[in-house]
Amino acid sequence: MEPARIYDQIHEFDNRADPYTLYAELRQTPVVRLDDGAYVVNTYEHIVALLHDPRVSSDSRNLAHPPATEQLPPSFIRVDPPEHDRLRGLTMRHFGPPHSPLVVESMRGELHELVKDLIDGIAGRNQADIVDDVAYPFPVTVICRLLGVPREDESRFHVWADEIVETLGPGEGSVEERTRRRQSAGLALAGYLGELAQSRRENPRHDLLSGLVTYHGPEGSMSETEVMTTAVLLLIAGHETTVNLITNGMLTLLRNPGMLERLREEPDLVIGAVEELLRFEPPVHFLPQRVALDDITVADVTIPRGSSIILALASGSRDPAHVHDPDRFDPDRPYIQHLGFGGGIHNCFGAPLARLEAQIALRQLAKRLVNPRLVTDPPPYRPSSTLRGPRHLVIAYDDVLPYQGD
Amino acid sequence: MDLTRCQGYGQCAFMAPDVFTMHGQEALMYDPDPEAAQRERVLQAAAACPVQAIHIDRMATQHRTREPELSYATSHGDDAFKRDGHIVIVGASLAGGRAAGVLRRDGFKGRLTLIGDELYEPYDRPPLSKQVLTGTITVEHTALPHLREIEVEFLSGTPATGLDLAAKQVRLADGRQIDFDKVLIATGVRARPWPNEQEAALDGVHVLRTLDDAHRIRERLAAGVRRVLIIGAGFTGSEVASVCRDLDLDVTVVEAGPAPLAGALGKVIGEVAARMQRDAGVDLRCGIKVEALDGDADGRVRGARLSDGSTVEADLVVVALGAVRNIEWLAGSGLAAGPWGVATDAGCRAVDINGLVTDDVFVAGDVARFPHPVYHYQFMALEHWGNAVAQAEIAAHNMLSDQAHRWPHLSLPVFWSNQFGVNIKSVGVPTIADELVIAQGSVEERRFVAVYGYRGRITAAVTFDQAMWLDFYRDLIQRAAPFPPDFQMVGRPDELLAVPAEGPPRLTPAEGATVVVTGHDPAERRVTLVRHQ
Repeated sequence: MEPARIYDQIHEFDNRADPYTLYAELRQTPVVRLDDGAYVVNTYEHIVALLHDPRVSSDSRNLAHPPATEQLPPSFIRVDPPEHDRLRGLTMRHFGPPHSPLVVESMRGELHELVKDLIDGIAGRNQADIVDDVAYPFPVTVICRLLGVPREDESRFHVWADEIVETLGPGEGSVEERTRRRQSAGLALAGYLGELAQSRRENPRHDLLSGLVTYHGPEGSMSETEVMTTAVLLLIAGHETTVNLITNGMLTLLRNPGMLERLREEPDLVIGAVEELLRFEPPVHFLPQRVALDDITVADVTIPRGSSIILALASGSRDPAHVHDPDRFDPDRPYIQHLGFGGGIHNCFGAPLARLEAQIALRQLAKRLVNPRLVTDPPPYRPSSTLRGPRHLVIAYDDVLPYQGD
Repeated sequence: MDLTRCQGYGQCAFMAPDVFTMHGQEALMYDPDPEAAQRERVLQAAAACPVQAIHIDRMATQHRTREPELSYATSHGDDAFKRDGHIVIVGASLAGGRAAGVLRRDGFKGRLTLIGDELYEPYDRPPLSKQVLTGTITVEHTALPHLREIEVEFLSGTPATGLDLAAKQVRLADGRQIDFDKVLIATGVRARPWPNEQEAALDGVHVLRTLDDAHRIRERLAAGVRRVLIIGAGFTGSEVASVCRDLDLDVTVVEAGPAPLAGALGKVIGEVAARMQRDAGVDLRCGIKVEALDGDADGRVRGARLSDGSTVEADLVVVALGAVRNIEWLAGSGLAAGPWGVATDAGCRAVDINGLVTDDVFVAGDVARFPHPVYHYQFMALEHWGNAVAQAEIAAHNMLSDQAHRWPHLSLPVFWSNQFGVNIKSVGVPTIADELVIAQGSVEERRFVAVYGYRGRITAAVTFDQAMWLDFYRDLIQRAAPFPPDFQMVGRPDELLAVPAEGPPRLTPAEGATVVVTGHDPAERRVTLVRHQ
């Protein structure tokens, strides 16, 4: 089959449960030119090189045919240095080192507590939906607390967040329709967060949103619009990715006999298991919006300046030229290097939190569920091929053991 | 920790903030031997590292294969030697220790002897000028892992004094003679002492190279000093100055060259480093020499007289004048060894003074002087952590290989330095350059990529807090890409302006080596080294 057709098939909903055999076929052609002139790069070595290649932009305004100007300016994942560095730095200042090295560390206790409560909530029955009962509410609560968004508003922004993710593409329905829906949801969410930011400006609290609106330093401060776009980005990223990591994790552990037992007996194993999951069943399959600023030759193909570049991260992480026996889930690999969080200057902002969340949730699930098993395999999937994960993951179990610390 | 790989993602500092801390955007400080209570967090930190630069209970490797540490290199070497041979490694620091580990990993079952002049097992030097001096960690925490688990006979505190190639023996200071089948020379360098012995002996005058040196300087700093004088603003001197400012100590740096780091990075980038030092409150004086050190009646250092006629009062003096290669013990061995190092082929085999490659003598680390094909086969000796590890791996592999399976040492030089909250990294050889451009970022913000070129070809790149781009430039160097790199890039200044790099006067290969060629018959024709007294 023609490589561009393999790529189309990957996005067909019927292939959501297993895109990996198609990725393997796609990798026969490391750089694939699509009908619309975009280039898909799908081998590990070349993806890593492009993630660290300064000739690759994340700003769609550099496309040969740039899209119509959106009402909201792009967030920091869609701009380049120095703008990117300024905005990401102004955000990181309230989340991580060097200025706030203890934010994530100080959340550890809270993360354990949240997972404990969610698992307590599925005790007393024999069936649960890992997505609705644990994997979705957990990271959502965490990102809400971190940002300072009231958890009770969740039903409002859930719809917008889903809409934004499910219209992300590529390959899902007409581009115009998707863009219209995404922009309208984005504006609604931005409006909501803008109001919240305004109230924090007047009454700051100990949350990230308050930090963003109140900080004024030598490197400047964020404009009101920048606060909105940054908050939208963080809320969505905190919403729509870790849920897939935890759910894919539980699915993979249940598919690999003996893994849950090992997790019970070897508490450190979950650390490697989450890295291997990020390689083996990552939440993010594509980075769809990179742009070549110059002619770039990759694997003997010259990608012309102004072309769109799509990085097939999930394919790269399963590249047999990078990792031995790539289709085997093996948390004992001595070095696990993957593209689960992207790489380079745009490396996932929330990666430390996502890792901890997944480690804590999967360890607790392994320890407390007695004889868990899948009810349906494969589970039903959400539409997106980019942020890929099950819509539901129903499991059955005999009992839920009481929490006994971690 | 392999800071050669580190790109400053900071993930470890999120996961284990008591062990890993970021000083500025990219500069990472860490405790190499954290408490057991940190175990889980350190495992999380190591797993989270996007470039897998954190090694827990295992050796860092510069040559990582698809199945790291699992698939041993096929060497096809002599099985009897691998089973019963005797390998002697002279020098028990990073290169020596690493080579021992690789020899065992790759199936050497014979006798392995490691000779070290210090009493300590191999330790990691980079923290000595940073975390150890600030007092964040103690010197004991710098031990390199794994020697304990390698079956090796460790002769510590016994310097080697001679090498007899015909008898295949290493002579030790205590009179012992150790037979070998193959020998690895990894004796490294020592700090260049203050030339005036009397002044050097003053209380409060120190060099910084060894664990003991670092310990002594740390004790001085902890006891309280009024002003520190640092002689020499290379990487070590600059890092010590940075530590002094972190400790809020007054510090004067005197540098004979035009700017700090100019010897390695050229004057243009050196001047960026100079501004960094002055902004941090360092009293930096360039183009000036220290004429003499003065002591008081009790033999304690009191200050220095400078070539511009001024004086500096200081009660702690750190002499950071670079290094001297430890080659004296090889005098008379017949190897091409001199102040420039011990010459080797590209596969770490020693070359004798006639230019003949030896079979059983290998060299790795700071003491080795090897030809680099990427740089016109010019011979170079590098004092870089990553080079010591890479050469040790190549040397160990080649010691076990037949000639069809030897590896060349082709890694491009990479080094890093953390100072004044900035992570400086370099790939290639910035001293082989006639021009440079700032290709990305901003010099004013001290976040930039400087690209060096020599006769229209890219030869090196230096980043200040921009380590994530370094591999891109490494690939350009390896491809002999044209200079200047005239691409459209993110963070590119409006105009690429090539300026003279103003590097140090380039040394010619093996400068100062004078030989006399004698004999006519091919079997008799030989070279004799003329020794300068």
